[in-house]
Amino acid sequence: MNIFIEYSLFIFFLPLAAFLINIFFGKRLPRQGDWVSIGAVLFTLALSIAMFAGMLFSYDPDFQVESSFTWINLGDFNIQLGFLVDNITITMLLVVALISSMSHIFSIKYMAGDPLYSRYYAYLSLFTFSMNGIVLSNNLMLLYMSWELVGLSSFLLIGFWFEKNSAASAGVKAFLTNRVGDIGFFIGIMLLFTAVGSVVYSDIFTSVADGNLTGTLLTMAGIGLFIGAMGKSSQFPLHIWLPDAMEGPTPVSALMHAATMVAAGVFMMVRMFPIMTPDALVFVAYIGGFTALFAATIAITQNDIKKVLAYSTVSQLGFMIMSVGTGAYVAAFFHLVTHAAFKANLFYGSGSVIHAMHHALHKKNDHETDPQDMRNMGGFKSRMPTTYRAMLVSTLAIAGVPFFSGFLSKDAILAGSLSFANHHPEHFLLPIFGFSAALLTAFYMFRLMYMTFHNEPQMPELIEEIHESPKEMTFPLVLLGGLSFFIFFTLPHFNPFSDQGWFTEIIRPRTSLVAGAPSAHAISEGIHQNHLPAMIISVLVGGFGIFLAWLMYLKQSISAAAMAGRFNTLYRLSLNKFYIDEIYSRFIYTPILKLADWVGYLDWDVYDKYVVDGFGRITEWFSNLTGKLDYDGLDQGIVDGAGRSAHWLGGVLRGLQTGQLQSYVLFALFGVILIVIFQTMV
Amino acid sequence: MDQLQNYLFIAAALFSLGLFAVITRRNAVAVLMGVELILNSANVNFLAFSRFGGMNFDGHVFALFVIIMAAAEAAVALAIIINLYNNYQSINVDEASQLKR
Amino acid sequence: MSEFLFWFMTAMTIGSALIVVLHSNLFYSALALVVTLFGVAGFYVFLWADFLAGVQVLIYIGGILILILFGIMLTNKISSVNISHSNFHQSIAAVIVLGIFSILGWMILRTPWLLIVQQEPEQTVGKIGRLLMTEYLLPFEVASVLLLTALIGAAMLSRKAN
Repeated sequence: MNIFIEYSLFIFFLPLAAFLINIFFGKRLPRQGDWVSIGAVLFTLALSIAMFAGMLFSYDPDFQVESSFTWINLGDFNIQLGFLVDNITITMLLVVALISSMSHIFSIKYMAGDPLYSRYYAYLSLFTFSMNGIVLSNNLMLLYMSWELVGLSSFLLIGFWFEKNSAASAGVKAFLTNRVGDIGFFIGIMLLFTAVGSVVYSDIFTSVADGNLTGTLLTMAGIGLFIGAMGKSSQFPLHIWLPDAMEGPTPVSALMHAATMVAAGVFMMVRMFPIMTPDALVFVAYIGGFTALFAATIAITQNDIKKVLAYSTVSQLGFMIMSVGTGAYVAAFFHLVTHAAFKANLFYGSGSVIHAMHHALHKKNDHETDPQDMRNMGGFKSRMPTTYRAMLVSTLAIAGVPFFSGFLSKDAILAGSLSFANHHPEHFLLPIFGFSAALLTAFYMFRLMYMTFHNEPQMPELIEEIHESPKEMTFPLVLLGGLSFFIFFTLPHFNPFSDQGWFTEIIRPRTSLVAGAPSAHAISEGIHQNHLPAMIISVLVGGFGIFLAWLMYLKQSISAAAMAGRFNTLYRLSLNKFYIDEIYSRFIYTPILKLADWVGYLDWDVYDKYVVDGFGRITEWFSNLTGKLDYDGLDQGIVDGAGRSAHWLGGVLRGLQTGQLQSYVLFALFGVILIVIFQTMV
Repeated sequence: MDQLQNYLFIAAALFSLGLFAVITRRNAVAVLMGVELILNSANVNFLAFSRFGGMNFDGHVFALFVIIMAAAEAAVALAIIINLYNNYQSINVDEASQLKR
Repeated sequence: MSEFLFWFMTAMTIGSALIVVLHSNLFYSALALVVTLFGVAGFYVFLWADFLAGVQVLIYIGGILILILFGIMLTNKISSVNISHSNFHQSIAAVIVLGIFSILGWMILRTPWLLIVQQEPEQTVGKIGRLLMTEYLLPFEVASVLLLTALIGAAMLSRKAN
């Protein structure tokens, strides 16, 4: 079989094997079995790199192989196990393998000493397996199954330290919010299946291209699929789980909630783009744009370092979704890849910082102070230089500073939104959302850097104990920091201001199969035309954001506290994430719980008590009645009565035996009379 | 009134009275007397039928034999009664109730 | 005249029979039986059975009744008062007996008797004697044997144990 399919099979099944080994035998293996998972994922990485090299070698934008076999045959419905390998797949596989390997390595030191160490690695392998399933799948059923598994892995890993109540409930929240999204996703899949008769991508695409599936139904299906993406990629209003997911270990946050799992939603949208109708895409774009701005406004006031990064992720995902909505879906994928690198790096960096804080506080026997609160940090630059430099590079990337990868991808997105607004002037809000979010992104990221690494230490007694992290933790930082530079994406070209490179050349957009949608060519033209204006504006807003942050947090000529005081209401809204969780709790959770209580009351106190017990009581009364009937009536009356009357009759008849002849004669005469009477009668 | 039915009625009456005596009377001799009455009623019957049935003398002969029989029976009966009296000191038929067992 | 005599005879017979049956004094009963038997003998005469009337008086009254009287005398304590019967017993017996009587009466009245009336014979003795010797010879001899047996039996029964 095709070499790519062969490698894909290995990539698919190796982490599964690692999971099974670790979950059953992990504890008994030496070093608790972490080498099993790490070995598996590194092997996967090697194979991905090989495939990637092969892709670069052939440099074919239309490369695609597909292979499947029937796994479950249900008559007129089969569940296929199928792989679709094309350039997008290979790129994504590389991203997943790379970040997953980094997380595996980072965790060696980060999770050292944890009592459930082997289980942690088992879950990481499970996640890798499921994520690969999403990437490799050629049909919606396998995609959905892997989707669910990814959600499960997320739940297991977020709530890994389940003894902590907040972690356990965060895991549940993540899973349930995902489930809500999955309802829409499943409805979308079912709509497509009913209309097409198959869940395989190629069949669906053919059907739409032939015009069998159009109009409102297709829009609904598209929106259904998108709702799944909303849940998985944490878009408003299903974004609530991602900030809470920070309860999990930081390598997990880096892997899942920065680079791969949350990107699955975007990935799925990228795959399904050809069947999205313009109406559905408008919906997608607005959700994405709004989320981007909304999350950014929350990020600017957060004090927990991981929370800032979490909201940042939500915001960046919003960017990607908006890009899909405006038609520039390859730009979305590009940003997905660059974001994976620099966001994961930022998370690793924060993990490194938190690790150092933990150690320092432990040494000082301080268990009260929050090691993740940036207000307790400051001045770490000199103590943790490698971490600082790696995070700086990634921050510059995310802020969209030229010469870094983020600039290219963000630029493409913003150009796409400008182009869309130009073609459809009524959607002018979208670029406004985009550029405002970009401004805020630059601001809050540099705020994070200044508060953590610059200025005077806020807790002077700690600073002595702050050390750089061990090499297992700094290695991923350096690697991914390096990948945040532009160069890796623009080869063989060297222009830092142009995204022209292997990426844009082998990953080409496909024309939408929906009738009436703009062709891929038209979209690309639009992006190119608006490229320059987008670049200029994004540099300007990015620079302004950095400047503002510098003013407030480094130079401190504008007091942050004073600003907070002046815009007190806005400040508090932002700090409390606009009270979304509280609103949901009051208007959704509580009424449903009340309903559940009421139904429970109905069943337990009313139905059980009256109907069920009632039956019991009626039966009891009835059996009492029959008992009385039987005992007093039947037994006493009839049975005993027969005895008594027999006794009486016997007594009477005994009297006949008098022993006297005369009586006998009398009886004989009586008999004679009777005989005579009967003879004459008859 | 020389009618057959009259004689028959008389015989029936005597028979009933004799029967009554047999059933009712406590004394054994009284019972015997009742038996005699019965026998006599039978005799009257015989002779009545003999007369009103063509003067057939068979009836007479039979009645004669009845009288002979009555004599023999009375003798034996009285012998028994005397025996009874000697053994039980009483001829109350109620007390001769050993058939009860 | 004969009619009155007949009815007188009937009344006498039935009346004395009643006394026989109902009287508490046994001796009076025995005496009443005598009267009854006499009445019966009279009936025999009415029925043209002259010989049998004589036999009745001679043997029945003169033999059997004397025997009964002897029996009474021998077995009764003179001083003892006759035991009265229970009324209950008597009532039931009366009912039964009346029943029997009514059956008999009903039968008598309902049966269509075949009446062949003939002349009154001169005397019956000869006829009876002739019948005894010819047709009824066997019963005659048996009767004699019976009397003999009765004689022996009675004698044996009433002797004192040795």
